[in-house]
Amino acid sequence: MTAAVVPALAVYALRLGDDCLVLSQRLSEWTARAPELEEDVALTNIALDLLGQARLLLSYAGEVEGRGRDEDALAFRRDEREFLNCQLVEQLSGDFGQTIARQLLFSTYQHQLWRVLCGSIDPTLSAIAARSVKEAAYHCDHAAKWTLRLGDGTEESHRRMQAGLDAMWPFAAELFERDPLVGDLAGRGVAVDPPRLRPAWDAAVLAVVSEATLAVPDTAWAPTGGRSGLHTEALGHMLAEMQHLHRSHPGARW
Amino acid sequence: MTAVPGVPAPGDEASSSELCLAVAASSEVRDAVAGAPEAGEAVAASPELRDAVAAVPDPEIPALGIADLGILREVRTRGERVEVDITPTYSGCPAMEAIRADIVATLRRRGVADIEVRTVLSPPWSTDSISEAGRRKLLDLGIAPPGPVSRLVPEHGEWRPGLSLLPLRNLVACPHCGSSDTDEVSRFSSTACKSLHRCRSCGEPFEHFKAH
Repeated sequence: MTAAVVPALAVYALRLGDDCLVLSQRLSEWTARAPELEEDVALTNIALDLLGQARLLLSYAGEVEGRGRDEDALAFRRDEREFLNCQLVEQLSGDFGQTIARQLLFSTYQHQLWRVLCGSIDPTLSAIAARSVKEAAYHCDHAAKWTLRLGDGTEESHRRMQAGLDAMWPFAAELFERDPLVGDLAGRGVAVDPPRLRPAWDAAVLAVVSEATLAVPDTAWAPTGGRSGLHTEALGHMLAEMQHLHRSHPGARW
Repeated sequence: MTAVPGVPAPGDEASSSELCLAVAASSEVRDAVAGAPEAGEAVAASPELRDAVAAVPDPEIPALGIADLGILREVRTRGERVEVDITPTYSGCPAMEAIRADIVATLRRRGVADIEVRTVLSPPWSTDSISEAGRRKLLDLGIAPPGPVSRLVPEHGEWRPGLSLLPLRNLVACPHCGSSDTDEVSRFSSTACKSLHRCRSCGEPFEHFKAH
């Protein structure tokens, strides 16, 4: 699949949907392993919200693409290079500090994204965004509260939260990149122009980081490529586990 | 998870989950899916048919019907076909497929052969759609019903993450003793649509259906 033969709208829906799907899979790794029961439930619920959003977006991408691929075909039958998620969401969950850092950076971005996408002229994207923005608000709040608790907590929790932030921060730059495809869709009122989300993201994230007595990482490294199918090593391993059952037993049903 | 016919005993709330809420049905008729055969004009279903669908229980809180919860948007007939619009409470609500199957089974029992159940997303479901009867039933089950969305839910516009770690106090009244001296323990409970609280007066934990 290349952007040349697939309608831009389908590619855009896949980008949004793959972010949700990959992060959902990552968060579900915490199920039954979180530091406390309430947290287990919280991360699993957030993963479920993201999975629901992914299903809506992948179904829509398949419909727009018009090649007969449904949500399952798109989730389980594509190879790594066909996934269009940002690299941030595929990063290893690491310890709890690293997971929370990833949540803070991504959910703050996604909340802004849904908020603006509510105004899309595409009625399906607009409806999905209006549905999802309310869920994302809880995700942001969850991440912010844990960032405060860990950053302004003990010496060890502070050190780990800062390490998580240091590891995730470079991957946030990709969230705000504009390429010709999204630029064109944004110009037509269908998509959100990513750079437009940066000021609100900066304000929200910096407020939390600063209150949590953490430091914004000083780095100019800004890896990119996820939106065109280039990924870090972490994604392939994750997909191998996620897709194993479906590929081993094609067409299997519960 | 399958819907239990009839009304369960009180106390089933421990496993309660996704309330699919139904928004008070809008009266407008939505466009049929493009390409679907038009078997005539869509008209509002008879009260008997609508009541039967409305009474389909939520799989997780079976004391409540899908109309109580605002999940049911509209029931129409188009010739021989019956069309039902439902909306999910949350994007990932796992109860939707069970609800869909229960609606189909309910209509089949009434001799309807041609059934279409559609999921509509717009406008998004809100707890403001839970009926007064639904709120009373939630309270009876020991689940504190939601307040108005405008008061409790972070607004889409200028919302920023809260920077306080103090537990939310006095957010909802205890469904057991009525005291307003309560703490929020966790914003996520047994399901995404509920949060976990404790009452500082009677000491009991309880769930709250989050305004959403």
